[in-house]
Amino acid sequence: MAHPDWRRAHADAPARGPSSDRVPPCKHGCAPQERPEGSASFSANALISARGLGVRRNGRDLLSNVYIDISEREIVTLIGPNGAGKTTLVRVLLGLERPDQGEVRRRDDLRIGYVPQRFDVDAVIPMTVDRFLLLGGNGGAKRTAAILDEVDASYTRNQQLTELSGGELQRIVLARALLREPNLLVLDEPVQGVDYTGEVELYNLIGRLRDEYGFGVLLVSHDLHFVMAKSDRVLCLNHHVCCSGVPEAVAQHPAYVRIFGEEAARAFAVYHHHHDHSHDISGEPLPVSDEAESEPVSGGGSRA
Amino acid sequence: MLEPFLVRALIAGLGLAIIAAPLGCFVVWQRMAYFGETVAQAGLIGVALGLALQMSLTLGVMLIAVVVAFLLIGLSRQKVVALDSILGLLHHAALATGVIATAMISGPPVDLMGFLFGDVFAITSEDLAWIFGGGAIVLVVVAWLWQPLLRLAVHQDLAAAEGVDRELVRSVFITLLAVAIAVAMKIVGILLVMAFLVVPAVAARPLARSPERMVVLTALIAAASVVAGLWLSSILDWPGGPSIVVVMSVAAGLALTSAAYYQR
Repeated sequence: MAHPDWRRAHADAPARGPSSDRVPPCKHGCAPQERPEGSASFSANALISARGLGVRRNGRDLLSNVYIDISEREIVTLIGPNGAGKTTLVRVLLGLERPDQGEVRRRDDLRIGYVPQRFDVDAVIPMTVDRFLLLGGNGGAKRTAAILDEVDASYTRNQQLTELSGGELQRIVLARALLREPNLLVLDEPVQGVDYTGEVELYNLIGRLRDEYGFGVLLVSHDLHFVMAKSDRVLCLNHHVCCSGVPEAVAQHPAYVRIFGEEAARAFAVYHHHHDHSHDISGEPLPVSDEAESEPVSGGGSRA
Repeated sequence: MLEPFLVRALIAGLGLAIIAAPLGCFVVWQRMAYFGETVAQAGLIGVALGLALQMSLTLGVMLIAVVVAFLLIGLSRQKVVALDSILGLLHHAALATGVIATAMISGPPVDLMGFLFGDVFAITSEDLAWIFGGGAIVLVVVAWLWQPLLRLAVHQDLAAAEGVDRELVRSVFITLLAVAIAVAMKIVGILLVMAFLVVPAVAARPLARSPERMVVLTALIAAASVVAGLWLSSILDWPGGPSIVVVMSVAAGLALTSAAYYQR
């Protein structure tokens, strides 16, 4: 094998686009664009690398021709409308579902901490928080205490999982993911059911932990309007990757505007982390594509 | 002094109580009761197979149970009809097929009641060897796979994303379940074997705060039910296996009722 350190997740041949390096135009009206990751070959250093992913269910293409790389220490945010295939993509990357086309490669030392979209506790298994955290591996009483403190859930240690609220449970699942000392943290809509302040705090926490521990992050965002500023790259998904880039660039991208509407593009705000401990939000207004020029900007400020 | 047949019945029942406890808990945790029921009822086909090939009936049941279990796993991959509905249909089909298959076997008439409800007082030394041999294997493998089994039971996707081999662990588990069903057949019969696994686990749930504690409590409840059931059976002349299951069910009923009461 060419790269002995690669575990081949799926042996199917990667789907080749029609001869050129360009992704064909999609039915949602995106213009043809360069392949999101530039080339059809696998990136040698990425934690996870996927090429030409296609997933078909019940005669519908949930994903087609998706290329994605996540590198060490990189925060990649995945946004897209409901039903765009975000969760499907995450599940394929994690190996929970097989792609019908394409291939996922995971680096040999990949260690994933996963926070699923929904964590339903089955009341039928008796289990304390402590035990649940231990199950993920790499426990150690001191580390467990430190991480629980980090997610502000130390008081739950001896409680049964079934006694926790939704928000507490979410923090516990995050703690379990962190305790595994992952080099890739995967969060599928981690802020569902969390209020605005909670969302900001969570993004702060993830950004801080990334700086501290140096893991890569794949974050599925529930909200088109609010993307963590620490994102190194935003991937805008609607069954295929419509556009990708740094948060500000994505908001300006014509494909983004076309798919999510001018309203969404105008409201697009990037949350910038402040170290002054107040939880204020700077909703940075962004110039949008020319069609929307005459409209006033909604959101946190007036336009320059 | 106890009669030898009663001693053998007690030893077999207590042995099964210990073997069944961890499996029963996992069946409850993973909501596989219907799955097990279908596999168990297909066991009668295995009885016919054993009779036809003149081999050990326990082995015949074991083989068929394993085959059926893997077929069901295959069926569960389709997403058109829920597995529950398929199982509800198939466990009747499996039983009917088994009854026909045993009826077709030439030779002396088959004691259908014995296979369906068990004949705990007819346990032989060979049966005991199956129970303790098979049981030892089951317990060793469960102990070895305890962590991954538990992780999958708590949250399948989470465990799989963290690197637990879902397919492998599940395959091993259903094989163990098939073995347990086969060795339990003589004691409680194929119709009651899942009750022997599931009911004590249900009774133990409200009393447990950790998974291991629940397994230990399940074993204790099952063992006490075996002793009480066999005692009732010998003084009232009730059938052995069903008596054990009735005692277990009363225990589960009491546990759940008190849980409902204290939850308020």
